[in-house]
Amino acid sequence: MRKVCISGVGITKFGELWSRSYRELIVEAGLRALEDAELPGESIECLYMASMGPGMWVSQEHAGPMIAEQTGLTSIPVVRVESGCASGALALHQAFIDVASGKHDIVVVGGVEKMTDVGAKEAGSIINTMLDYEWESIFGATLPALYAMMARKHMHDYGTTREQMAEVAVKNHYNGSLNPIAHFGRKISVDQVLSSPLLADPLRMLDCAPMSDGSAALVLTSKGDVEIIACEMASSTLALHSREDITTMDCVVGSSKKAYKRAGINPSDVDIAELHDYCTIGEIIESEDLGFFEKGKGGKKVAEGVTSLNGSLPINTSGGLKSRGHPIGATGVAQVAEIYDQLIGRAGERQIELLDYGLCCGVGGSGGSAVVSIFRRR
Amino acid sequence: MVGPSRIWREAPSRYRFLGNRCTVCEEVYFPPRQICPKCRRASIGRMEPIQLSGNGEVVTYTVVYDPAVGHELLTPYILAIVKLDEGPRVTSQIVGAGLSEIMIGSRVKTVLRKLREEKGGGEDGGSGDGSGVITYGYKFVLDGQS
Ligand SMILES: [Zn+2]
Repeated sequence: MRKVCISGVGITKFGELWSRSYRELIVEAGLRALEDAELPGESIECLYMASMGPGMWVSQEHAGPMIAEQTGLTSIPVVRVESGCASGALALHQAFIDVASGKHDIVVVGGVEKMTDVGAKEAGSIINTMLDYEWESIFGATLPALYAMMARKHMHDYGTTREQMAEVAVKNHYNGSLNPIAHFGRKISVDQVLSSPLLADPLRMLDCAPMSDGSAALVLTSKGDVEIIACEMASSTLALHSREDITTMDCVVGSSKKAYKRAGINPSDVDIAELHDYCTIGEIIESEDLGFFEKGKGGKKVAEGVTSLNGSLPINTSGGLKSRGHPIGATGVAQVAEIYDQLIGRAGERQIELLDYGLCCGVGGSGGSAVVSIFRRR
Repeated sequence: MVGPSRIWREAPSRYRFLGNRCTVCEEVYFPPRQICPKCRRASIGRMEPIQLSGNGEVVTYTVVYDPAVGHELLTPYILAIVKLDEGPRVTSQIVGAGLSEIMIGSRVKTVLRKLREEKGGGEDGGSGDGSGVITYGYKFVLDGQS
């Protein structure tokens, strides 16, 4: 396989962007990524774009050609990729294979979602399409409710506390307050998390990611500042209830094992990571399933500050899904943009010193799919 | 969004807890599967229907305050993952119990209830997509209740 590198990234503001359209957002992110890579548009040979459900969010399927047309790239392949909340991460996976194989030399990966054009009730129905429709949704499950059931079991089995989960949101909001593109720029306290409205007990509104608009893009080439040394995917059962252990995301365990092996590193070599904190318990579970911490210890490590900006393994320096925001298709791409900025030393007030290896973990739905990627500064 | 045939198709499982069993490896599935994911081609033609008891144990649960569409009138409701005595696990609601009565490990048994009604469609602020389709299926009650 040929080396695959990132040579530029672009990201838009994340948030409730009433005046910005779906197509404007992805074009803006793409232009910024090309500018960053110092490459002309005509050099792009293939386009991968992630979007979880534009047909539902903005009544527009067949979004690939629309993006190609907007950017004057109708003569090259454009591939739309979907895997629930892991859509952006999976688009990177496909683009990685493309450059590694030698088929194309310069490939753009974009991710976009425009979630605030629909009402709250419709948005809930769209999010629910990532669950098992026949055997979860019809019975009254929602995505936060599934995460709440993971949280309850994690608390029961390992003694994880309500406060430890709140600390994830507090940390991520603090990090997001230093990120100019974040959906939420405000810091929050544990008390604020614990007094926000209950969505699904024990999870509250401030445990869960918002509905955001936004887009992010990357330029992949065979030479660049940051090398992608592994990008692996695995899936699991669509329904949470079918998993042997409700508190383990098999797909995160599976994809990360393959990724460490391919990268030739151990979990302890990772210096910085962006995880999929759709709900606070998600970040805790993934930090265990990725091998960073012993099973059951994730919550304790967050409360001890191990994963804070000044800790030994900073997690979600961007603010994560919780604070940076979660425009679904863009999320997996935005995670990589943060790791890229950190590894080349331009993350501003969020900058972490002395980094060698960064990791991104994107998760679909309640853990039906995951992509784990590992990056190294060149 | 959901036509009547989609609901009707799954009725034997949703109404009567009909699952199936792979006679190669003995694994029990609910809902029934076309093939056993463990034995794959070896299980073709060797999947047998099995009637599940509907009894089981709570693996984990939550109380839902921000409901799924079609479930607004029941809010807040208890949602649980139940491990059936025959092995498979399912997600459904626990009814007729106080929020403090449910625990991980509680014994439950199945009851047939209305799951969801597609009415209103937004015009009257009601729930559902306006198709009028009513979905029935299993919910659970604590063992010893009816
Ligand atoms: Zn079998």
